[in-house]
Amino acid sequence: MASVELKSVSKSYGGNTVIRGVDLAIRDGEFVVFVGPSGCGKSTLLRLIAGLIPVSGGEIAIGGEAVTDVPASKRGIAFVFQSYALYPHMTVARNIGFALETLGLRRDAIRAKVAEVAKLLKVDHLLTRRPRELSGGQRQRVAIGRALVRKPEVFLFDEPLSNLDSDLRMEMRIEIARLHDDIGTTMIYVTHDQAEAMTLADRIVVLNHGVIEQVGTPQELYHTPKSRFVAGFVGSPRMNFAPVTTTGGAPDWSLAGPGGLALAVSVTGNRSAPATIGVRPEALSLVAPEAGRLSGTLERLEDLGHEHFAYVRVAPETVFVVRVPVRPTIARDTRVGLAFRDEDLFLFDEAGLRLDHAASHERAAAASIEERAA
Amino acid sequence: MTDLPLTLPVRRRRSSASYRLERRLKKGALMVAVGLVLVYTLFPYYWAIVSSTKQGAALYRDTFLPALDFTYYRALFENTVFLGSLVNSAFVATSTTALSLILGISAAYALGRIDFPQRRGVLLAILMISIFPQVVVLSGMFELINWLGLYNRPSALVVTYLLATVPFTTWILTTFIREFPRELEEAAIIDGCSHFRILTKILLPLMGPSLASTGILAFILAWNEFLFALTFILTDENRTVPVAIGLMGGNSRYEYPFAQIMAASVTVTLPLIILVLIFQRRIVAGLTAGAVKG
Repeated sequence: MASVELKSVSKSYGGNTVIRGVDLAIRDGEFVVFVGPSGCGKSTLLRLIAGLIPVSGGEIAIGGEAVTDVPASKRGIAFVFQSYALYPHMTVARNIGFALETLGLRRDAIRAKVAEVAKLLKVDHLLTRRPRELSGGQRQRVAIGRALVRKPEVFLFDEPLSNLDSDLRMEMRIEIARLHDDIGTTMIYVTHDQAEAMTLADRIVVLNHGVIEQVGTPQELYHTPKSRFVAGFVGSPRMNFAPVTTTGGAPDWSLAGPGGLALAVSVTGNRSAPATIGVRPEALSLVAPEAGRLSGTLERLEDLGHEHFAYVRVAPETVFVVRVPVRPTIARDTRVGLAFRDEDLFLFDEAGLRLDHAASHERAAAASIEERAA
Repeated sequence: MTDLPLTLPVRRRRSSASYRLERRLKKGALMVAVGLVLVYTLFPYYWAIVSSTKQGAALYRDTFLPALDFTYYRALFENTVFLGSLVNSAFVATSTTALSLILGISAAYALGRIDFPQRRGVLLAILMISIFPQVVVLSGMFELINWLGLYNRPSALVVTYLLATVPFTTWILTTFIREFPRELEEAAIIDGCSHFRILTKILLPLMGPSLASTGILAFILAWNEFLFALTFILTDENRTVPVAIGLMGGNSRYEYPFAQIMAASVTVTLPLIILVLIFQRRIVAGLTAGAVKG
């Protein structure tokens, strides 16, 4: 078990910088998830920690020891690959035991360890099979077993579940969470799946263009995102955004936006003017046109059984998604109003940074109290 | 609703039977085409077999059926010089194949996987070497062979054939190694493998098909080569079969030993055919390996 520390780590290929001065401290036993859009550098960062690619600048320490120039196999890490990367010509047993074989352990010692790990992951009946004879879920278990057998101090997962179908993904997600509870090893997990990030992580690291946008617990990211980017990235379906024009001066602004939106807000802390508002689909409700804060035309209804999504066009180029628990009995192309509570309103300035406003403060405080209690 | 000014032409569907007939005709035409290609490629070999079993004047008659007279084959296997050249050929072709595979794999691993600045240049140089005509390098090679003291020895041929076989084995194997999933190698690196161990324990076992196909190509090239074999070997007992066949003489200087030559040709082609048939499946697998994600 070990902590992981990154100090202004950067990586560039030629003139192309992929990771720009990332600072991050991961505590011993923590489960950290890297998320971000494709190409944001999350997999690269993981490979830098693993030592599969050398850093261009900065330092990496695992368990308090500098490992920046230590080869991957000596860093005490294990890596689970997206494609599983099982050796196709070896049996499951040899796949799991290959690292020990390379270390030069005695054959019966290897066999004992492989049997132990296989039992833990419930693949002990598959030991003589080859990877191509296994299902996707079984392959993933073997890949985790191969990582586990080395007794790593840090587990690195690179989108391990993205090749599985959704049922299996959920099952494996729970198993990985259980594995973390059982062995308590530090884990770093890269994914683009919202649900995996929110359910598995102690802390989520949101990356954008090789820079950390925000680090925080899933609740912090959901309730108090630092920027429009994080707000749009965490939560599914994503937050609705609309541009607004402002009149007045700091800290009290009058906002005017699409769909007849007119709001008076009082920004606290930051002095800059709001440029965008954001409301989560689950914070919106469908009301009569005149009762809503803004109004638009119902374009489409999606019925998922347990929840429904209404797509409301509030301006020619802006569609708001509304999550409704009960199927609304409204015909398409009807004008509807959208209502939300003050504390569910997010404000972002020109640079995309979130602005606190009078109502949002209480909610943020409430969220952090809840967190402390939990 | 107003009538549209444009009306689409109605395409009548023909009867089911006519489609069936069409399908059968197409299938028949394909069969005929395949047959023509087969005849075109296989007839020379068949003609060699037919001719090799004919005696004297029968050679000049256009009979397409073999006479089944194996006199020349018997004579061939009593001919110690010919048998010696078969042994020479086997030695030369096997050593060439083995050496070029070993060199090719090592080079290909470096070129396909390890990043170094001159990589592109090296790859281009290899390609350049493989396009030189043999005649161009012949005199230079002759000097080299003399200097190495290998003149009139079969090993001279092994050295010179490498010039032709190493570039293409390297080239083909480089392509294969490049397509090899990088994650598999990264997994091995994390499992603590050195480059050498990755090559021997991970890459080589998975490269069987492509090794078989490049190996066979190298073997065929070395087995059939004529110009170097003719130039660098002086005496009969050191010759390889293509030259031995080429220099076969008749009973008198006015007789061209057509049937003997045919018998010898059939005999030396057989090992190749057997080899290709054995590795046939692997070759096909090798040629298409990595084309589709398994």
